[in-house]
Amino acid sequence: MSKTYLIVTEQRDGKLRRVSLEALRAALDCAEAGDEIHAALLGEGLDGLAAELAGYPLAQVHAIEGEELRHYNPEAYIGALAPLLEALRPAGLFLGHTALGRDLAPALAARLSAGQISDVTAIERDGGERDGGERDGGERDDGERDDGERHGGQIVFVRPLYAGKAIERKVFTAFPQVVTVRANNLPAAEPRRDGGTAIVAKRAAAPVADLRTVVREVVRRTAGKIDLTEARIVIAGGRGVKSAEGFRPLEELAGLLGGAVGASRGACDAGYCDYGLQIGQTGKVVTPEIYIACGISGAIQHLAGMSGSRVIVAINKDPEAPIFSIADFGIVGDLFEVVPLLTQAFRQALA
Amino acid sequence: MNIAVLLKQTFDTEEKIVLRDGKASEDGVKFIVNPYDEYAIEEAIRLKEAHGGQVTALSLGPARVAEALRTALAMGADEAIWIDDAGIPQDESAAAEAIAAALGQQSFDLVLGGNFSVDTGGAQVAVRVAAALGLPHVTSITKLTVDGGTASVERDAEGDLERIDVTLPALFTAQQGLNEPRYPSLPGIMKAKKKPFKSLTAQDLGFTDGRTAEAARTVRISLSLPPGRQAGQMLHGTPQEQATALVGLLRNGVRTI
Ligand SMILES: Cc1cc2nc3c(=O)[nH]c(=O)nc-3n(C[C@H](O)[C@H](O)[C@H](O)COP(=O)(O)OP(=O)(O)OC[C@H]3O[C@@H](n4cnc5c(N)ncnc54)[C@H](O)[C@@H]3O)c2cc1C
Repeated sequence: MSKTYLIVTEQRDGKLRRVSLEALRAALDCAEAGDEIHAALLGEGLDGLAAELAGYPLAQVHAIEGEELRHYNPEAYIGALAPLLEALRPAGLFLGHTALGRDLAPALAARLSAGQISDVTAIERDGGERDGGERDGGERDDGERDDGERHGGQIVFVRPLYAGKAIERKVFTAFPQVVTVRANNLPAAEPRRDGGTAIVAKRAAAPVADLRTVVREVVRRTAGKIDLTEARIVIAGGRGVKSAEGFRPLEELAGLLGGAVGASRGACDAGYCDYGLQIGQTGKVVTPEIYIACGISGAIQHLAGMSGSRVIVAINKDPEAPIFSIADFGIVGDLFEVVPLLTQAFRQALA
Repeated sequence: MNIAVLLKQTFDTEEKIVLRDGKASEDGVKFIVNPYDEYAIEEAIRLKEAHGGQVTALSLGPARVAEALRTALAMGADEAIWIDDAGIPQDESAAAEAIAAALGQQSFDLVLGGNFSVDTGGAQVAVRVAAALGLPHVTSITKLTVDGGTASVERDAEGDLERIDVTLPALFTAQQGLNEPRYPSLPGIMKAKKKPFKSLTAQDLGFTDGRTAEAARTVRISLSLPPGRQAGQMLHGTPQEQATALVGLLRNGVRTI
């Protein structure tokens, strides 16, 4: 029997988040011929975004408008999605593993009595690799392998465990299924090539009686900035930057390359920057194409947040700094000298 | 004010993962209270100190989690509930069901948990517990003020800050920045030994053999180690030469620049 999947998409600064298209990719990977993928879009003034989404391989785009949906509010979002879930009875929900997805997905999963697999970085089918490229180590014991065979032909979700120190493969044992995907790991879905568009269904959010949660204010500290978790290039500073001022050269390089600035906890704790920039086990997890660590020693908790980056560059005064043991390219030197030289070299190369 | 704190015991964040029989070996591993849950415990104790009331720490896991619960008691929690995980499937939906069943036996004004656990990192259980108990929830909070029947919180949304008011009872999960957790004091450790410590089994919470199987909606089929990252290339020359070389290497190796 054909199934329906639903992507709960997200926007930022009025733009569709890339991670939502990666969630769509996950749904496409799970879908079989005859299955339908729908997308939900929540907020205010959604016409433009809905039209954009309609250009992707979707059966329908559900644009749900409501004043209460301007900012993310779990109760209002769940209330707005409830009639849609009732109507579609989706076999699966897909969301980004973002601030919103981490909050909303388990609430929806609980409502649907669904299992959830969080923070997915790759999807495999029939035991074959689909995305990502983890080694299938000889670590599995025989019991586990038997189990794997029993689930052969199923869709296997790959996710990091112990802050990336291990890789887990999981399957669902029942429908419905809820999946959240880590940004920057699955390829984003591509717009349809045939020029066709999905049906856009507009609806007004049904008012939720007695909201117990009221969002009073949202302070946009990241407005206009590139989202750290989705950035393709991250320039991160550690305690080695020595002051808030010390982030300037990093910001300049990030600006030139269209990247985002991140930080170690050491830099955050020292008050050089906001905790919103922290990368690591208790901070954000980033998986950019290029990660440049400046004045960061490379503590295990920091590595937990960035070791999945495609290319890692380390700039550190101390040749013994542990960060060099995982860096693809290392420069031993003073970041205040090296970073501006790098900016200059990039500027020339890009001119 | 009656406050429940959900806490999980996790591997120390410094631990190396060694696989044995398809699992992460626990031999010689140091366990800690999940760092995010420490903020939750601290916040609960501060609320109790300010408003009076009672703090109940709850943990699901094997017998060793008693140690984590004793840490919470030594920090200032009043009582502990240990749910023995034997017979409870290792799945977030089942864990939440068990915890909600245990909490449902009492009434709480506030339930606090951590943003996620640093081992399995699912970020599901606390929110699922809120849903099961019919409570509103706010995740990833960095500030909490209670005034009568309302809590005002600040939430960290990937760097943006949201100010939210919630009618109690409600559930919140703690993000770094909420507070600075205290260390258990020696008198605290002594007192902890005399505080009530309740144990619950799967049967107590309604997990019978028949229900156990259906309670898990996901299952792990394997655990492996990630490919090790090899140490790469150290650049040489003057800083200028190194900068130029790096730009060349990055532009050739990575299309995005
Ligand atoms: C439970 C727990 C969770 C944690 N979570 C995180 C987390 O999420 N993220 C995180 O980052 N950390 C985390 N930590 C902290 C972590 O253990 C380290 O303390 C932290 O990462 C160190 O930050 P740092 O590398 O910036 O500072 P330091 O370790 O002090 O390193 C500074 C580095 O800068 C170099 N340096 C100094 N001056 C210069 C210069 N002019 N030019 C070039 N190099 C220079 C030095 O050689 C040194 O290597 C956590 C710790 C615990 C216990």
